[in-house]
Amino acid sequence: MTAQELNVVGQSVPRRDGLGHVTGKTVYIDDISFPDTLYLKMVRSPIHHGIIRGIDFSEAEKVPGFVRALTWKDVPKNIYTILCLIGVGPDDEPVLAQDKVLWQGEQIAAILAESEAAATEAADKVRLDLEELPAVFDVEEALKPGAPILKPWGTNYFVYDYEHGQSNAFRKVRYGDVQRGFDQADYIVEERYTTSPIEHAPTETTGCIVRPEPNGRYTVYTNTQALFFSLDNSALILQAPFQNLHFVGGTVGGGFGGKVDVIVEPIAILAAMKTGRPVKYRYTRQEEMRISSTRAAWRLYYKDGVMKDGRIIARQVISYHDAGAYNRHSPYAVTKHAANLSGPYNIPNVHIDAHCVYTNRQPSSAMRGFGVTPASFAVEVQMDRIAELVGMDPWEIRFLNAYRNGDMRPHQKEVEDATLIEVMQAAAEMTGHDLPANLKAMSSWDKEAQHG
Amino acid sequence: MASRIVEFTLNGRLTEVMVKPLTTVQTVLREQLGYTATKSGCKQGGCGSCTVLVDGQPMMSCLLPAEDIAGQDVVTLEGLTPRDGLHPLQQAFVDNYAAQCGYCTSGMILVGKALLDSNPEPLRDDIIDALAGNYCRCTAYEPIIEAIQDAAGRMAASNGKEAHR
Amino acid sequence: MAKKRGTGMAAVNYPTGMNLGGDPSQALIHATTTGNFVISLSSTDLGQGLKTVIAQIGAETLGVPFDTVLVDTADTDTGPHCMGTFASRATHRVGNAVMQAAEEAKKVMMEVAADELEASADDLETDGQGMIRVKGSPDRAVSVIDVALAAHFKYARTISGRGMFMKPKSPVDPDTGKMDPDSTEAHACTVAEVEVDTETGVVTVLSLRSAYEVGRQVNPGLVKGQIVGGAFMGMAHALYETTAPYYPATDYAPTGFSDYVLPGPAELPVIESVVLEYPSANGPYGVKGVGEMTANSPIPAIVNAIYNAVGVRINDLPVTPEKVLRALEAKG
Repeated sequence: MTAQELNVVGQSVPRRDGLGHVTGKTVYIDDISFPDTLYLKMVRSPIHHGIIRGIDFSEAEKVPGFVRALTWKDVPKNIYTILCLIGVGPDDEPVLAQDKVLWQGEQIAAILAESEAAATEAADKVRLDLEELPAVFDVEEALKPGAPILKPWGTNYFVYDYEHGQSNAFRKVRYGDVQRGFDQADYIVEERYTTSPIEHAPTETTGCIVRPEPNGRYTVYTNTQALFFSLDNSALILQAPFQNLHFVGGTVGGGFGGKVDVIVEPIAILAAMKTGRPVKYRYTRQEEMRISSTRAAWRLYYKDGVMKDGRIIARQVISYHDAGAYNRHSPYAVTKHAANLSGPYNIPNVHIDAHCVYTNRQPSSAMRGFGVTPASFAVEVQMDRIAELVGMDPWEIRFLNAYRNGDMRPHQKEVEDATLIEVMQAAAEMTGHDLPANLKAMSSWDKEAQHG
Repeated sequence: MASRIVEFTLNGRLTEVMVKPLTTVQTVLREQLGYTATKSGCKQGGCGSCTVLVDGQPMMSCLLPAEDIAGQDVVTLEGLTPRDGLHPLQQAFVDNYAAQCGYCTSGMILVGKALLDSNPEPLRDDIIDALAGNYCRCTAYEPIIEAIQDAAGRMAASNGKEAHR
Repeated sequence: MAKKRGTGMAAVNYPTGMNLGGDPSQALIHATTTGNFVISLSSTDLGQGLKTVIAQIGAETLGVPFDTVLVDTADTDTGPHCMGTFASRATHRVGNAVMQAAEEAKKVMMEVAADELEASADDLETDGQGMIRVKGSPDRAVSVIDVALAAHFKYARTISGRGMFMKPKSPVDPDTGKMDPDSTEAHACTVAEVEVDTETGVVTVLSLRSAYEVGRQVNPGLVKGQIVGGAFMGMAHALYETTAPYYPATDYAPTGFSDYVLPGPAELPVIESVVLEYPSANGPYGVKGVGEMTANSPIPAIVNAIYNAVGVRINDLPVTPEKVLRALEAKG
């Protein structure tokens, strides 16, 4: 169907929720309130790694408005992992910490009180008896012998391919013969790239408000990006019948991947179950910064085999994703990442080891460009480096190596819907960069004029 | 310290609230009076999503003690919205896709209103200066700047029409 | 000491969707007796405009006016399953599900219209304005409203449809990494112009000019919103943002917007773009995911432009003034 035959697809109609937004009538979760609501605040770990010896609520209980505290003993299935819904395991994260804490900020106990101020004050007055343990904060340090081990299965990395009866310390991609490529190459280009953690910083912080209904159900008003992900995980954690949970949302004050984790809902529902009252749990801005998952820090080691004419004939990448203390969505990110480390280029020999590593840091999780953003950064800076080495224009080297439809990518998926050449031609034209005639004539559908 | 009554004008109506010391205008508006167009993005004075107009000046209501608005004229986004249709700023925000998630929009429109009241023909840099305290993660500010420029043009055109009558 | 300008470029691909464990979404559509259509979902709108583009796709496929298509989301009691809004998946997956549901509903609508018009359903067409006509006989027509009324009160039929889209699970081969992780690929190329102050190390982005290929734009105004917003987020990632500026050191932790460094409107560069459309094979009307990709190409383009300006290639994000100055010093 051509664009001319379409009525409304392709039209810039105003956004449906625009009138609500400009009049302030759009209802976000923070705009929903119920009488008798309790406020939930977390008691959090002040240390990066340690054993919990004891929790003393006696001073907190004296705060006017204090209602009750919840600990891991109150959570029916306390240890979970979000991606269990699609078969990823094992469970690794406690809803509330049990015997130890793995990061500064980890939730240890939930305080419920009649007001936000009372909940905050009571949470501050909980006394923790913690025994501090050595901590590790760097992805490569965490994999060295002697590093404190964070996971009960005895490693600081996610174990891939257990479903195939293997236990691999990283996600592997093997394509062609990378050593032969290096042997044939005129140049070897080795470089290290790193990125630092980033906060999603949505204008609306993460949160929910839960209301017990007279029929035994719980209505959860939440700003999650994924309602059923949150509902299903909550039901599993609470060992509650799925039909007892009713999630309502769909209006999110900024997500960017930061509201895909299932952190606030299960404990807020549990609090509503234990008290029979509505419960609100919304992150403060400081919690959004320090507690909600970040975009991960990454470290990537590139080694490329390059011919004098600019063709990249071999690439080895060893990369490390800093998951922080727990899985969340990180194991998936590393797989997605592994499929994108060669970028939009046709490289015949590729060897990738992508590690999902645990450290004693604020957990990282999904964010816009999940796993691909660091790959694109490294690939594209590497392209310029290679271009300079072989004395080639940065545009030309990308055209030369660009994947075409029908090429095979290192993860053995045939390229379809490729338009890299076309976007480069369009960008050159709009910026007045005059491309040589042979590059202007290239096409993603023409494999003949390919790769030199 | 005891609670006290604070009287102020809210969106043109005389309003009385009983507040404890240091209760913020944000809390009064959102929690006591139910005016939820005023958002609560940080409670630190860092995002501007809680902006209201006090005697025509944009102020962050999360840092503003309620006692300080006694006798003053407070306008929220609810007060800007005409009974029928939209204020030119609101219409310009819709037409320029200046709201995405919408959480900053209330503050952005009120900052725009204060700017256009004092400077009906702002330069682009004037708008950028006016927006300095208001945070938006979605739009890159560009459509918000364009919407305020657009609204200035619309308001000038309609004022011109009135002048010719 | 000087301010030096440079230009850099970068080109990227971005996958649409995830399929680590299969990637399904469902949609249901029903007509009210007065000829409106309700699309029921459990999908979320993060501000990108899902509620709008889904109504556009539904209206297009049904052949009815946009304003008569209502989107009811997101409620787990009434909306069928959706994996969620992430991985540049929503418009592609949910859009496909809505198209399928709309096709099923339209089939019933056309059958009822055929009965009303005493014509064959194959000979009918919708005009997108609320009428269903016999092709070639414009005077033989019936309104969607009358068809909906007739379906309910006369023929006892529901004008409704079910839609499902699923990218099947693709297990990853443990030895080779062979996998099928996405549905299609969008592409972008950004050219960045920067100015580097060699005295302070401050990098100012002057412009980001990009070409994007996004399959099909359902709503160009909303696509532009993703492009401009994403480009600015990419710039923020490249030069400003991090919760741990000295990773792996943990002695810094931001508390809010005062100590988490972000660019504001004063740092806004010129952002211009062109959008190409090469419809994807499997997206609704050829859609590809656009939301995430827009932040990616500006980052390396800016880093490459800094090298072009002052001859230092910074491999560590974000490229803070301190890193620029240290690199300039090391270079001598």
